[in-house]
Amino acid sequence: MRLMIAATTGLRTRTSLGIFIVAAVALDSSARAEGGEQKPAAPAAQASPSEASPSNDECLGCHSNAVDRSNGRAIPAVSDTFPDSVHGQINLNCIDCHADLKDKDLPHTEKLAKPTCSECHEDAAKAYDNSVHAISRSKSSDSAAPWCSDCHGVHDIRSSKDPKSPTYHFNVPALCSKCHGDQAIINKAQIKAGNVPAHFQDSIHGRALTKSGLLVAPNCATCHGNHEIRRASDPKSRVNRANIPKTCGTCHEGILNVYETSVHAAALREGNPRAAVCVDCHTAHDTQEVSATFKMGLVKECGTCHQESMRTFRDTFHGKVSTLGFTRAATCADCHGAHDILPKKDPNSLVSDQRRTSTCRKCHAGASDRFSRYDPHADAHNREHDPILYYITLAMKGLLVSVFAFFGLHTMLWLGRSLVTLRRLQTQGRRNGGDKA
Amino acid sequence: MGETKPNPDDSGAGDHRFVLRFHRNDRLLHGALMASFLTLALTGIPLLFPMAPWATTLAHLLGGYRVTGVAHRIAAVTLMLVFTTHVARLMHRLFVRKDYGMLWGPRSLVPQPSDLVQLLQHFRWFVGLGKRPRFDRYSYWEKFDYWAVFWGMGIIGTSGLMLWFPSFFARFVPGWIFNIALVVHGEEALMAMVFIFTVHFFNGHLRPDKFPMDLVIFTGRVSVEELKHERPAEYERMVAEGTLNDVLATPPSGRLVTMGRLVGTLAVTIGLTVAGLAIYALLH
Repeated sequence: MRLMIAATTGLRTRTSLGIFIVAAVALDSSARAEGGEQKPAAPAAQASPSEASPSNDECLGCHSNAVDRSNGRAIPAVSDTFPDSVHGQINLNCIDCHADLKDKDLPHTEKLAKPTCSECHEDAAKAYDNSVHAISRSKSSDSAAPWCSDCHGVHDIRSSKDPKSPTYHFNVPALCSKCHGDQAIINKAQIKAGNVPAHFQDSIHGRALTKSGLLVAPNCATCHGNHEIRRASDPKSRVNRANIPKTCGTCHEGILNVYETSVHAAALREGNPRAAVCVDCHTAHDTQEVSATFKMGLVKECGTCHQESMRTFRDTFHGKVSTLGFTRAATCADCHGAHDILPKKDPNSLVSDQRRTSTCRKCHAGASDRFSRYDPHADAHNREHDPILYYITLAMKGLLVSVFAFFGLHTMLWLGRSLVTLRRLQTQGRRNGGDKA
Repeated sequence: MGETKPNPDDSGAGDHRFVLRFHRNDRLLHGALMASFLTLALTGIPLLFPMAPWATTLAHLLGGYRVTGVAHRIAAVTLMLVFTTHVARLMHRLFVRKDYGMLWGPRSLVPQPSDLVQLLQHFRWFVGLGKRPRFDRYSYWEKFDYWAVFWGMGIIGTSGLMLWFPSFFARFVPGWIFNIALVVHGEEALMAMVFIFTVHFFNGHLRPDKFPMDLVIFTGRVSVEELKHERPAEYERMVAEGTLNDVLATPPSGRLVTMGRLVGTLAVTIGLTVAGLAIYALLH
């Protein structure tokens, strides 16, 4: 069996590739499980380089050092990086990738074609073909979008489990930053999100990754995928609004379970595109730990949909204190909850008639049922909803206006009279002074 | 225009004697009232207009939520103590000294028909249709100022206590009363602040007759000459009753005058600033 596999390594036809795959899978199915979409290249490990033509040794005859060619361009040296690469480790032949070199006379004069990774890495290639990067490249010949080698390297490709690999967990943000942190590319590709890595690096995820060195912390690919990175507007994207809870839930499973019971998740399931998902409150790339300041900032976020509630909240003591930037008073989440927000009529809701008092007690230890009949969203401008408050406010304003109308007039007239009198006295004084003189 | 032109018959022209208008304890109470009222106004106004561009800065400048909250409550307790002390003094005067003149008549702060008459006379004088009313010890606007504090203490004090101890008050009233308490506390405080910092300041200090300030509330003393001009009815009544000599006092000491000027200037500055901030916020 190994012989057969070895014999197929040089072939490029679809049929032989099929045999290759079948054989490879049969040989080591565990490699597939481990390597994800990567086709195991293991069979080549036993292939003798001498069977290939030209052999690796022949290639390295020239490609050992960066020797200057007559035209001034250096011959790319591979001898120092290839042996340690994942392909070098399994003794792939140069011509396994550089298939157009097979049976060529050496030294070859023409530039070699770009290797096609998909022959071995079929699933990765298929996934990549759906990605925003591939679509960009297919639309524009000078697209800056990355190709396999832009992320994985060329002769120095290492396993993503190798800390030296650019695709290693900790190295991915730097890898993506090569383009997504480059303003020229951001402008050229019209990437609306802007310089995302700059935001990510200061987020709780970015710090967990780079400062704390947590392998469980997410990098770009954890949320966006790796080969199949789709636009957020694409319904199949992992970061499409509808899919965001599930994506975040891959790590935050407990939160996802709670969120799924909430009114927002229900609205999302019903196809409401504005239903709040994780990133609306936590942001995508500026995620911070949940502090009082963070919660206070959320009032505006809740208010993008719940405008009336935000307006009425702002008029209450809680809202006024929060508006001044103090975190002592309750904001939305303190009463309504966060991931478990339910409509008031649901008995499980924190603001339901059944649970309201215990919610008030989170801050007001002595709160009674009577206490909790306070309206945290009272609206002094709404006669139908809050008639007593409406009329009392009106009466207070009426009193204020009448007091100031009366005393405004009183003061103005008095001032005028006093000035007139003063002036008269001054002229009189001058006249008297003149008489005396 | 007899209010400034000395009456030729008036032998008191150039009278340099002084009478005591406010006793030391009343002045001290007014001082504590000023200090607590200004503190309440300063620490409260950011919460009244939190959206105003100056609100956050002022709130943080004053020490933030905890400091302003504690200061507001200390000032509130001070003001309530001032109020109870004053009421206790009134009770003493009424029941122990049996001074029933405080209840009705020319020396009383109780509004009377003559106040309405003088109010109308004053307006007639404003427009040049009559003589200036002959005020006695308390004019109608001074009575208004005085009773406004009673009204304000009741409204702002009660609503403030409710907002301070909501759990306690919720034993007796439903929670929605606190919604009303907040609105009433704020609106009434706004009225009190703007009234004191504009109308009271003008009537008491800033009008041309008194400008820049009337020191009587700090020194307690007013010259007989000024008394004759400002409150001719009081002067003549005291002369007729023969009580003028009882209230004759030494001239205000230089120290008292300096202190009065300093405190008065500070209070007027803070007050006008707060009034300015409130009016700015109201107009925007």
